[in-house]
Amino acid sequence: MTIEKEPTEVPAVLLAEAEDAALARKDSVSLSQGQLVRRRFVAHRAAMISTVALAFIAVMAFSSIGYAGIPGWWDKDYTMAGSVIDGGRPTFSLLPTWLGGTGLAWGEHPFGQDSTGKDYFALVMRGTQQSIIIAVIVGIVATVIGAVVGAVAGYYRGWVDAVLMRMTDLFIVIPLLVLAAVLGQIASRTGNTTVVLALVLGLVTWTGLARLVRGEVLSLREREYVAAAQSMGAKTSRVILKHLLPNTIGVIVVNATFAIAGAILLETSLSYLGFGVKAPDSSLGLLISQYQNAFTNRPWLFWWPGMIILAIALSVNFLGDGLRDAFDPRQTRKARRRSKKEEVSE
Amino acid sequence: MLRFILRRLGASIGILFAASLLLYVLVINSGDPLAELRESNAENRENLMQRRIEFMNLDMPWYQRYWTWLVGVGKCFALQCDLGTSRQGVEVSALLGLAASSTLRLVLLATVLAAILGIAIGVLTAVRQYSGLDYGVTFLTFMFFSLPVFWAAVLLKEYLAIGYNDWMEDPAFSVPQIAAIAVLVGFLMQVFLGGTPRRRIATFAVAAAFVAIVIPYLTWLNFFRFPQLGFGGVLVLGLGVALSGTAMSVGLRNTKVLYPALATVALGAIVYFASFGLLENPNWFVLAIGAVLAVVIPALLGKYLGGHLAVPAMGVGIATGIVMAGLTTLDHIFRAWPGFLALKPRPIATIGSQTPNFVGTFWEDFLDKGTQLLLPTILLAIISLASYSRYTRSSMLEVGQQDYIRTARSKGLSERTVIFRHAFRNAMIPIATIAAFDFAGLIGGAVITESVFGWKGMGELFRTGLMQVDPAPVMAFFLVTGTAAVLFNMLADIFYAILDPRIRV
Repeated sequence: MTIEKEPTEVPAVLLAEAEDAALARKDSVSLSQGQLVRRRFVAHRAAMISTVALAFIAVMAFSSIGYAGIPGWWDKDYTMAGSVIDGGRPTFSLLPTWLGGTGLAWGEHPFGQDSTGKDYFALVMRGTQQSIIIAVIVGIVATVIGAVVGAVAGYYRGWVDAVLMRMTDLFIVIPLLVLAAVLGQIASRTGNTTVVLALVLGLVTWTGLARLVRGEVLSLREREYVAAAQSMGAKTSRVILKHLLPNTIGVIVVNATFAIAGAILLETSLSYLGFGVKAPDSSLGLLISQYQNAFTNRPWLFWWPGMIILAIALSVNFLGDGLRDAFDPRQTRKARRRSKKEEVSE
Repeated sequence: MLRFILRRLGASIGILFAASLLLYVLVINSGDPLAELRESNAENRENLMQRRIEFMNLDMPWYQRYWTWLVGVGKCFALQCDLGTSRQGVEVSALLGLAASSTLRLVLLATVLAAILGIAIGVLTAVRQYSGLDYGVTFLTFMFFSLPVFWAAVLLKEYLAIGYNDWMEDPAFSVPQIAAIAVLVGFLMQVFLGGTPRRRIATFAVAAAFVAIVIPYLTWLNFFRFPQLGFGGVLVLGLGVALSGTAMSVGLRNTKVLYPALATVALGAIVYFASFGLLENPNWFVLAIGAVLAVVIPALLGKYLGGHLAVPAMGVGIATGIVMAGLTTLDHIFRAWPGFLALKPRPIATIGSQTPNFVGTFWEDFLDKGTQLLLPTILLAIISLASYSRYTRSSMLEVGQQDYIRTARSKGLSERTVIFRHAFRNAMIPIATIAAFDFAGLIGGAVITESVFGWKGMGELFRTGLMQVDPAPVMAFFLVTGTAAVLFNMLADIFYAILDPRIRV
């Protein structure tokens, strides 16, 4: 095994500062922290592509079949059965005419039809909607609870902290999937399953963020500016909300995205196992569970939902990576210019 | 240390107890256990419902039901476990035995595999930060993080299992296939080994040429149906491990480490012939003794021949001993392969944890279980491999910026010593805690995997139990996985305390 002789690491902090200075110099105005973060994020190629992809998927899902009674531009419904045309083969095509294809064609059933003739595009779009709804609700619920509990535990320490740490220990003993499955069963007894399921998932996925925020707050609370605020008579709630939480925003935002990606996968897994969204409603996990045996004969029934889950989860993960780089330049792979030079010299 | 362990144990038992209470209450409230009877048209419906209510104690309040269950579990200390009966009236303790062994086998194997491979990949990507390899691996880990397990499982079944089985009927490669494999292997090798462009081209050429020669040779030998390693193979590979292990730890010139390692190889060679008859059809007991000897003897050799370098000598010796023993075993497994193929022509199965009605020698049975285990293990390992490699990478990078690493470099230590003896050891400390969380996550993953692959394991017990609002099987699942997770967590804590003396409380 050969190990390249690495030159002494240029401290990443200096590098990031130089980069920020370069960003600022372009307009010859100094940038605020928020502007710097935004610019760093925009410069992160993978994160930008992911944002566009995610926006595209979300717009497609909600505009095509509509939501909550508002009709969309797609004329078929995901519950409407019909006659199966051409074995339910998908009519969507991208192959240009000069290669023997029909060009970009949408067709009658772009993603094909299932065995009862339901339009698979509508079904998949409905599943995508569910995933996105779950992602948003879980993201909000888990982030709010996690951030508040973490900050409170880190600030007060003592028994609040002890209770929190025991609760996170609980999740070592009961696997997340198991707890979520049991709660999912309870949630499915109420009417609006998806929203309730999302709330429930949010209630079990906050512990990771709480731990991280607690760690940050434990070190932040010893800083002088916190002591200054306290000595000027600031209330505890003000210290936590105005001084401590804004300084942990990086950790919070980044982990919210990872929690969202986890929640999307968790929901699809639960629906696959039969503890999440149930028929006649549609979910991407449920679709895969229904059609996994159709792989040899009608593979499209299997490929579409899986690809969309993968696309959403991957985009969210890359988004989180971009946000981390933007918020915490010390960890970035921003040494890109240096690395290019190195590759050339190698 | 003992006090530390006891305190951890006490806390763990408390958490286990609280978690069991929580889960029990949630499960019995998760649905209506009489649902399908309510909808049935049977004439004796009322009667059936009454019987089920009495059988499952549905008329009792929750705390009484929980207490009954807890008392039954408490009898385990008197070795008379009573985990209750499932809704169908089957003793859960009877169901549990089979289920637990197959699931824990799966999860443990996946954890070990994922940890070893993931840590190795993590170290490599950290050492070669910002290289093509680093970017490639980063992309792949993101991919694995985002992969729905059940979906990937179907793909694996379709392409790996069925594809391999079809190929096994007539194992041969066409010329374009060989060329493609050679180019791919060559490309991967140069990515992994790295270096200057010239070096990379050389690596590529050598690796590709090697593959292009070896594959037709193996096909000619009919290796894929009649694999063999033989004494020569064992000896050469064992020597390779002894030499590379020495080179990585203290360098080849150091005879204090090299000689014990070579002695281990020589002993292993003798044992290869001495144990030949015994290993033709062994049992687990023989194998366990062999494994212990493979660790103890090289350790003793290293201790007494190693002099002032006893510790690295023992490490290298043990690694060599384990590899020699493993290869000797592998040789026997290879010998059993043709017989196994005759019994099971399509080796890689997609359903079940063992072939029903399969009778064979010890090795054939072993191969049967192994081939059934292959797909679920790959699947589980891939997913946690991603997190191990990620954490190791960031941990290594963080350690790499510490002052003592700069000190080590500036006092002229070789890069090898800096990475393996200064950076790696300290980077491993936080990884120990991740293993515990990861184990719990894998058990969750096993529920899905078992459902996809139709295993009659713990996941199945949980799934059907929860579907039928039947607390006994669900709680049995929890007891085993929860206890395993607690033990794993405790091991991680102890490991942590050993690695980092500051932690000891």
